[in-house]
Amino acid sequence: MSNVIPACIMSSLAFWERGGCLINFYNVTKIYPGGIKALTDVTLQIRKGEFVFLVGPSGAGKSTLTKLIYREELPTRGQIIFNGRNVVRMRPREIPYLRRTIGMVFQDFRLLPQKTVFENVAFAMEVAGASGREIKKVVPKVLNMVGLAKKAGVFPDHLSGGEQQRVSVARAIVNNPVLIIADEPTGNLDPETSRELMKLFLEINRRGTTIIMATHAWDIVDAMKKRVVELGGGQVVRDEKEGTYRYEA
Amino acid sequence: MRLSVIRYYLHEALQSILRNSWLSVASVGVVAVSLLILGSSLLLVVNAGKVADNLESNIEISLFLKDKTTSIQIKEIENKLKAMPDVAHFEFVTKERALEEMKRNLGDKKDILAGLEEKNPLPDAFRIKTHTVEQVAPLARQLESLAQVDQVRYGQGTVEKLVAFSRWVRTAGLVLMVLLGVAAVFLIATTIRLSVFARRREIGIMKFLGATNWFVRLPFLLEGIFLGLIGSFMAVVVIYCGYYTLIGNIQLSLPFMQLVTDRNLIMPLMEGLLLLGLFIGAAGSMISMRRFLKA
Repeated sequence: MSNVIPACIMSSLAFWERGGCLINFYNVTKIYPGGIKALTDVTLQIRKGEFVFLVGPSGAGKSTLTKLIYREELPTRGQIIFNGRNVVRMRPREIPYLRRTIGMVFQDFRLLPQKTVFENVAFAMEVAGASGREIKKVVPKVLNMVGLAKKAGVFPDHLSGGEQQRVSVARAIVNNPVLIIADEPTGNLDPETSRELMKLFLEINRRGTTIIMATHAWDIVDAMKKRVVELGGGQVVRDEKEGTYRYEA
Repeated sequence: MRLSVIRYYLHEALQSILRNSWLSVASVGVVAVSLLILGSSLLLVVNAGKVADNLESNIEISLFLKDKTTSIQIKEIENKLKAMPDVAHFEFVTKERALEEMKRNLGDKKDILAGLEEKNPLPDAFRIKTHTVEQVAPLARQLESLAQVDQVRYGQGTVEKLVAFSRWVRTAGLVLMVLLGVAAVFLIATTIRLSVFARRREIGIMKFLGATNWFVRLPFLLEGIFLGLIGSFMAVVVIYCGYYTLIGNIQLSLPFMQLVTDRNLIMPLMEGLLLLGLFIGAAGSMISMRRFLKA
């Protein structure tokens, strides 16, 4: 095994230089403390600019797979290359810089309730060390893009679910990430709002940002005709270029 | 560091202190009390030391010689004293000089000594000083065995008691301070742990946004340092005002007591206390962050 992995990494790095590959999973296994096996020997490649749906039943390993990319979790075995770097071998103090290149959107929005819409988005830039002037220049543009320019001074609790999720999308893209990871972003939204949000994601993807979206929303997946990676029991059971949701089939 | 970030840190730290106001008050109180005890016992030690120094520099052994000691024997004793390493300084006092001094000390009442010149009852004596106060008692015992020595006198007991007292104060103060200091550190650690807990959601958000560990930790570190500093500042104010009021009163009623009033000596002590408060606060928050804010 140890002979195989470095070769894989080498070929991936070479592939990289040609431009095209953003994420490579090599025989990744994740076993949580207590012996719960979340992923088993997953090998997966995602190219720059792709829009990938991660589907599969709850507990199939979708969240684990995304957490491995931003080093929330370490794999038990295997290697992960993201944006030319081996995430597994990254030193702890490099992790914040890895995460600044990834925008994250969650089902529960994860906004700071005591900060306004503007401040929530600005916070992502502050954390990344942007100057006040930059923040004042960039945040209004991004809020404009997600259609919330008029709500900049409002607190999240006074927004609808769809608006809150758009704030979190604005926060995810404000640092110009190479990848957006969305973990069931429409889980708390009604169908109409969900469709609006998907338009926004499509627009972001059109501008070149890779998107990985874990979801249970079969209608959205079927409508979008994007790559679908289906996980089942911790393994990739299906990987289609223009797939549909159907995992029970 | 940018101004907006500094403002952010300060704001977060202060907000946390207010949010856990009761625990913050308790932490500040324990820091204040422990440093108050430390500071007071330090002042006591410093003053006891000064009084002891005064006594020590005044203490001497009087070696009274037997009557009819010849000048050759006196010379012999002198040579022996010179050879003793513990003897720092000595002088020979003739019985005539002793009588003169006694008269001088009596002032107006010197008449009661009239006529004694003919038959001076006072003995010839050596006055001996040692290097340190600890050498006094052993040397005195050694001197008793010399030939022609009638009596050896020194301030038996007083100095030993003072030295023992100041040592006791120092130890007790230190032990108490260490115990209370540890208590203060852990109380601050608890306060910080509560703030970390209250803000765990926010910390999670900061982390996935790519905040460095120090960006997340600094507000908590500042919070601990603030708590420590406020506590030590209170202690310093109380000690400083209390001390100068106290020595003012003592010097009025007991003018012979020589106490430490020099601000050049007191100020470093106060600065030290402030620094210690800062350190206690920082230590408390570091403990909590180590346990609850892992990367």
